[in-house]
Amino acid sequence: MSEKNYISIHNSEAFPVKSIPIVDIDDFRETVITEIERGKRLASFFGRPLNESAVCLTAVIADDKRGCLQILSTEVEKSYQSLTPDCSQANCFEREIAEQWGIVPLGHPWFKPLRFHHSYRKEYDAWERGLDEEILPAHTDFYQVSGDEVHEVAVGPVHAGVIEPGHFRFQCSGERVFHLEIALGFQHRGIERAIISGDKSKIPHYMETLAGDTTIGHSVAYAQAMEALSGCLVSGRAQILRGIMLELERMANHVGDIGALANDVAFLPTASYCGRLRGDYLNMTAMICGNRFGRNMVRPGGVMYNLDASLISQLSRKLEEVFSDTENAIGLMWDSPSAIGRFEDTGKISREIAEELGLVGVAARACGFERDVRFDFPTGIYCFSQIPVATFSTCDVFARAYVRGLEIQRSKSFICEQLETITGDDIFTVPGDSAPDMAVVSMLEGWRGEICHFAMTGADGNLLHYKVVDPSFHNWNGLAASMRNEEVSNFPICNKSFNLSYCGHDL
Amino acid sequence: MIKVLMARAKQGYRTSAFPVEPPALSDRFVGAPVIGRPKCPPKCSKCVELCPMQCISRNTEKISIDIGKCIFCGKCAESCSPGILHFSKDYRMAVRKREELVLSGPVINLAEELNKEMKKLFGRSLKLRQVCAGGCNACEADVNVLNTLAWDLGRFGIQFVASPRHADGLLVTGPVTENMKLALKKTYEAVANPKLVIAVGACAISGGIYEGHSEANNGVQSIIPVDLFIPGCPPHPSTILDGLLRLMGRLKGDAREKINDSQPIPPVGDQLETRKKLIRSVIRS
Repeated sequence: MSEKNYISIHNSEAFPVKSIPIVDIDDFRETVITEIERGKRLASFFGRPLNESAVCLTAVIADDKRGCLQILSTEVEKSYQSLTPDCSQANCFEREIAEQWGIVPLGHPWFKPLRFHHSYRKEYDAWERGLDEEILPAHTDFYQVSGDEVHEVAVGPVHAGVIEPGHFRFQCSGERVFHLEIALGFQHRGIERAIISGDKSKIPHYMETLAGDTTIGHSVAYAQAMEALSGCLVSGRAQILRGIMLELERMANHVGDIGALANDVAFLPTASYCGRLRGDYLNMTAMICGNRFGRNMVRPGGVMYNLDASLISQLSRKLEEVFSDTENAIGLMWDSPSAIGRFEDTGKISREIAEELGLVGVAARACGFERDVRFDFPTGIYCFSQIPVATFSTCDVFARAYVRGLEIQRSKSFICEQLETITGDDIFTVPGDSAPDMAVVSMLEGWRGEICHFAMTGADGNLLHYKVVDPSFHNWNGLAASMRNEEVSNFPICNKSFNLSYCGHDL
Repeated sequence: MIKVLMARAKQGYRTSAFPVEPPALSDRFVGAPVIGRPKCPPKCSKCVELCPMQCISRNTEKISIDIGKCIFCGKCAESCSPGILHFSKDYRMAVRKREELVLSGPVINLAEELNKEMKKLFGRSLKLRQVCAGGCNACEADVNVLNTLAWDLGRFGIQFVASPRHADGLLVTGPVTENMKLALKKTYEAVANPKLVIAVGACAISGGIYEGHSEANNGVQSIIPVDLFIPGCPPHPSTILDGLLRLMGRLKGDAREKINDSQPIPPVGDQLETRKKLIRSVIRS
């Protein structure tokens, strides 16, 4: 039945916009819900305006087992029957669509704004707010528990550390958390709209600052999309360099996260060594492109900085040295039962919940799912050089820390191998114009998890729609779920074990 | 315990000697731009056209560049003839007044120390509350790194505190999104007088790449007064620390004129060729 309702596509392969089947809303709902029930995931789900009254909803379903993506569309005007009651993964996507385009998902169980801004279609507002009405962030309903012993803890948007803003509400009884609800949107900068309507020369910089700690991840996802649309072939050397940069980004952030976890359980040796080591990985990124976060490195067509023999040997030497210190610093914590004891059985999410929420990245792999874009939907160098997927099955803070530890080791081996065998010399091909009326889904395993960009061009070959899904978008609800029945005081380690992006979510 | 001690021996002493010694920077580090003595060729406006941030303007004979907007992509310098505009490896860029970030010559008027009264209060102990107001987490990360043992911020008497009530000032990152405007104002009001505000990064100074977005404001100064501007996208940790120390009067006008002598970044391998290709493609589009 549903075979006809979607087309199967591959990661980073362009296809004509016309080939996306447009089905009626009932078939759309049924297809998406059935496919997700079969163990597939909702990678992206978004709206785009067709004309003054209609909005086209498009769903991208990831079939991890077969390594392909299914895509289908439907047209709606003001409202439709919500998917969320039958498919939890649609929750935030539907709220996003409602907020951006004023489309109401009827029967959505927890229908409230996501980023707190005005609708992009002036005449349509899902909450019937006026055009002049001020919209204040986190001014909305929160789930509340009542009772004599129940109290509410509200935190943020300005937090006690040097971190991004978000608002957290805990419903507690004594120290025990019944429920955590997270309100975001404080970081909303309007990136998706600016990509379509703003200055084209700024787009690579939007990608680099979309989530600054994932500069390489989002830039490569964008580059892959634009290369597919313009039919640009990227040289092998550029692909290798992208892989090296992406794995360095992963190592830097994972090391930093393990250090932050150690800090939160007051295991100071690992905390302080990892803090320094994170900087060493960032400095290796800077050795390649001059910037610690990989700014100005990746552009559609290839990369901007090359490696010569002397830099390759310098990098290899530095990597060996820093990695040896990393193993030592992290190993110290694995050897300390008092530190590990705080992580074990803390912040557990069941496999079923993880599956229902469609978690990605480290959070999913820590629940035993072999889910990794580098393995399931490989692009670039990952088609040729595979990194074994690191998993652990205890679903707790320890698992999320341990998977990070394993990934650091595997990324290191990958980088060493690439530095030894790097060939070719060309690193940049000037991309041509994008083909008109084409679309592409570009996915990549960033250090947090699956990054998914959807791009489509109009009749003039210019971008007509661009949708970004940062891995954090899938995983924020995972953090909320992990706090059920935990102590309030365990929030810092649960939070750091996910370490999600606020700006990547808020865009 | 023995393992902890052995690890301590292996990891060694890693706190950098900054500011006594200059920071170790990548050979490809893009620091402060330098506008040299030669005049621009007549009618040339390549750099102005290439800049995605519109931070360069051409006057009659020369250009000026606003490093409060600049994201240090370096496109302008690669399109320029030798000697007119290049990026140095100088990491020092912090200033006290917004207009001093608009450079039309080789020298940056680096931040002056606080006045006598303020210096007496904050010169040896500065407690800051960080507010991220739309920052992408890169500025935040490079502020945070100052707390690690590699930089050991505490040795200068600077500390990030958990509450504005404990703070002498705010260190703000990000363009100040509409959704953070109220929170920033309230945090500012919660800091006791006299107080300082430090804007870190292109976004916080001018809105950066988000300048003109209806979802964001054009930097911190549009909301609250700013005492120190630290440019970069993101600024290198040494740029941030240098600015803080200058404000506290802990670094005296050392080698300000040295900026004159800084060398342009040497092109590495075919990097220059690649850049030129890209620039050509941009011009074409």
